[in-house]
Amino acid sequence: MADDSHHDDSRQDPSEAATRPHWQLGGTHRKVDAMERMRGITRYTDDLKLPGMLHGKIKRSPHAHARIVSIDTRRAEAMPGVHAVVTGRDFPIPYGIIPWTPDENALAVDKVCYVGDGVAAVAADDEDTAIEALDAIEIEYELLPAYFDPEQALERDTVQINPYSKTGNLSKKVLLEFGDVEAGLASAELVVEGEYFFEGTTHAAIEPHCAVAHVERGGAAGESGLLTVWSATQVSHYLHRELAKVLELPAHRIRVIQPPLGGAFGGKSEPFDLEFCVAKLAMKTGRPVKILYTREEVFYAHRGRHPMRMKHRMGVTRDGTITAVDAKTIIDGGAYSSFGLVTTYYSGQLLCAPYTFPAYRFYSRRAYTNKPACGPKRGHGSVQPRFAIEVQLDKVAHALGLDPIELRRRNDMGAGTTTVNEFRIGSNGFLECLRRVEESSGWKQRRAALPYGRGLGVAGSTYISGTNYPIYPNQMPQAAVQVCLDRSGRARVFSGANDIGQGSSTMLAVIVGEELGLPVEDVRVLAADTDLCPVDLGAYSSRITLMVGNACMQAAQELRRKVQGAVAKRWDVPRRRVTLAQRMAIDLEDPDRHVAIDQAFWWAEEDHGLLGAVGSYNTPKDRHGDYRGGTIGASPAYSFTAHVAEVEVDDETGVVEVGTIWVAHDCGHALSRRIVEGQMEGSAYMGFAEALMEQHVVDPQHRGVHAAPSLLDYRIPTFLDTPELRALIVEAPDDNGPYGAKEAGEGPLHPSIPAIANAIFDAVGVRMDALPFSPPRVLAAIETRRAREAAGEQAPHKQALGAEGDDLGRPPKMVSARRIA
Amino acid sequence: MSAPGPATLLRLRVNGAPVQVAVQPHHTLLELLRYQLDLVGSKQGCDKGDCGACTVQIDGVPQLSCLTLALHAEGREVTTVEGLALGHGGVHPLQDAFDRWDAAQCGFCTPGILMSAEALLRRMARPVTGHEVRAALAGNLCRCTGYTKIIDAVIDASERMAAARRSGTVVLEVEVDPPTRDHAPQ
Repeated sequence: MADDSHHDDSRQDPSEAATRPHWQLGGTHRKVDAMERMRGITRYTDDLKLPGMLHGKIKRSPHAHARIVSIDTRRAEAMPGVHAVVTGRDFPIPYGIIPWTPDENALAVDKVCYVGDGVAAVAADDEDTAIEALDAIEIEYELLPAYFDPEQALERDTVQINPYSKTGNLSKKVLLEFGDVEAGLASAELVVEGEYFFEGTTHAAIEPHCAVAHVERGGAAGESGLLTVWSATQVSHYLHRELAKVLELPAHRIRVIQPPLGGAFGGKSEPFDLEFCVAKLAMKTGRPVKILYTREEVFYAHRGRHPMRMKHRMGVTRDGTITAVDAKTIIDGGAYSSFGLVTTYYSGQLLCAPYTFPAYRFYSRRAYTNKPACGPKRGHGSVQPRFAIEVQLDKVAHALGLDPIELRRRNDMGAGTTTVNEFRIGSNGFLECLRRVEESSGWKQRRAALPYGRGLGVAGSTYISGTNYPIYPNQMPQAAVQVCLDRSGRARVFSGANDIGQGSSTMLAVIVGEELGLPVEDVRVLAADTDLCPVDLGAYSSRITLMVGNACMQAAQELRRKVQGAVAKRWDVPRRRVTLAQRMAIDLEDPDRHVAIDQAFWWAEEDHGLLGAVGSYNTPKDRHGDYRGGTIGASPAYSFTAHVAEVEVDDETGVVEVGTIWVAHDCGHALSRRIVEGQMEGSAYMGFAEALMEQHVVDPQHRGVHAAPSLLDYRIPTFLDTPELRALIVEAPDDNGPYGAKEAGEGPLHPSIPAIANAIFDAVGVRMDALPFSPPRVLAAIETRRAREAAGEQAPHKQALGAEGDDLGRPPKMVSARRIA
Repeated sequence: MSAPGPATLLRLRVNGAPVQVAVQPHHTLLELLRYQLDLVGSKQGCDKGDCGACTVQIDGVPQLSCLTLALHAEGREVTTVEGLALGHGGVHPLQDAFDRWDAAQCGFCTPGILMSAEALLRRMARPVTGHEVRAALAGNLCRCTGYTKIIDAVIDASERMAAARRSGTVVLEVEVDPPTRDHAPQ
């Protein structure tokens, strides 16, 4: 990381704070915690083993909808090796991650709402005994009608699925209109209508959910002892709050620790039954208890991408300018609300950039169904409508004979603008994203030349860098850190933020290193422990780099000033002449004069006492719309993305192969480039997976049993399936981001899916309006197209250039790295 | 009550050291490693052979320890991620390359991937291609990276190991397959 040019650059400009070159930011870094993970040293939650620890298991409903007539746990409790059994009666208080919709219990109380709903839990000496004890619990059910289709559930309101719902099977409804949509459509020269279906998908983090709880002995006053819960969660703070509520314990008697996490993607962003169960079982037995979900349980726990049925209308003028957009969406929520209130807003609110909409209306309804509850998955709520609108744009471009990239340029809203739903956009690198993917993919030269069966498609998107308002209303900072320096020349950062593999702890180390002249390995980040760290809201909505980064920058800069001042005093120079870099304090005007950073910290500690600083961040309150719901979707800064996907479609089998996805993403300022690239690549991969392979569905013919609750049957891409992913970083710094930085972890997922759909159209002339683009669906569409061509209803796609039967033979196959001899 | 049969004495070598341990006959090698030997580097992602996070080497061959009974390892040499760097000064070139490329995000699949990758590099004993890496690691799922940085890191490590061999400290006579068309760089 050392930058040899540092001294020269600095010497030219004495006001170092303003213009000093970054010595850490924008580089590449070894992550602060990666080597331990690669050596097998890191202790994930399931790697924890405490003395006397018991193993818990949860008994789950085999029915999609049933009343619990009776539960008899006596036989299980009497078994040798069984220490405790709990049921829904131990957890009468309902909870919900959104405070307005507490509509689930830790274990089912009176009824079960989907196959897999937790009903009872046991703690036993070992896993085998716990499993046997589950079999000994006798439960009598009375079956109720079950609904697996959201529209059916909304129609048949006489059977109420969720026990706490006050609106039948309607979980949430949002209708918002901005501008005059009917007038906009009436003034349009072309109106494109489409119906789209986005299938449900799940996170499938490789680490299953796991939690361990331990209760210390109570105090002399009879006060309960400290309950510690270690959990593979991405939101320690919210888990802490819900544990206190459901267990009826004061929050200060609970400590939540998130050990290193094995992937989350939104799938660990709310409390799950296992966390309540280990806590209660530990309280009952006085011994530590661990529960590890089986992979099957992870699929039932779900909280993944909502299936959405979307009807879209888009009006445009002849030159492609959008005049109005109208969207109607039915959202399949599953049995509980989870984040569904927010999802319902997001399904419409996040669509109003990067294109200017003069008028926009959306009407979204989320229904309860007897299925595993849906929740937030990477790109929460906005991946589905983004698919619809980007395919709509492709249809517009085709109808008007416009280049799809050019169409997007014409509608670009630009920087420093306000969306039709009143969100304020700061920096905006969307045009540069389009330029980069256009150039890198060879779009202009290659798209027209690609023969039948091969195609390029483009799509764009935007995403939030953190949600502007916390889940429970309060005016306190949304992020806070505490930074301490010690006389050995090192820094410690205490942060409540959850590093879930995305590298947020490294990001904090980079910022502290940048400001205090330390290499990243000299910064220790202690994160996500509610006893040690200030409150942070956790890893969701791509908030950490912007929010926690700003808080960290503030604390680190305060310490930097103290260290600079202490050195300057001893050198008898102005403070601005002292810079901190490369483990040294350096005189900018006489770079031969420098001291080691530990000496500099020593002097500062002599002057100021212990060197510690806190930093906090709160969002600007002028970003949102002035209407009910106008805060949901507001963010301090928005990222922008464009993808081009290249596909090859086999028109005899319907198999789609994606060769390359070019991913251009405006993250404001890439503080650590490889980590940003990794987020872009991982996002594009996950979108690709949803486009072609993934389906999280239950089988109504088998009473709502999950159709594929394993990593074999729920197909996720392997090394061989995954296309080449080309990450192209675009940087349009935002005034609200630390050093200009915005998010990179979720935005780059969105365009993958429509870009692939649009590339399939380019390749074989069929529209894929329903996910996933599986071979049967693609083949059926191709056969329909062929029939229309044969009937003379449409011209052969691409003049059948290179199509089967061509005497010149089929075109050479696309170059694809994953073709194996 | 939970033990269906009496424990059996198992003798094997783990990461180069002899081990004698009493195991339940129905326990898997993964359970033995994680629960009895406290070698928790090998991960349980699915416990049914789908994800590859539990991959270890048995006599140098990558195997899924969640699908292997512990007793199968009788008399064999088992290598886990904890033993990967033995003879490499504490850090294997693959681990170093993964670190430099940020090839591990959450890191949960990484131990299994490293064990598969090490077997590939040992077998090829020359710089590998992206095709070869994809084929060799197809049994290991990663959900974070999109695989790109992992492929980069494995190729990088193979090149550095080849360069180290050429530089003469460790001279190995290896048969190098001529690159086929499919292995040609893009």
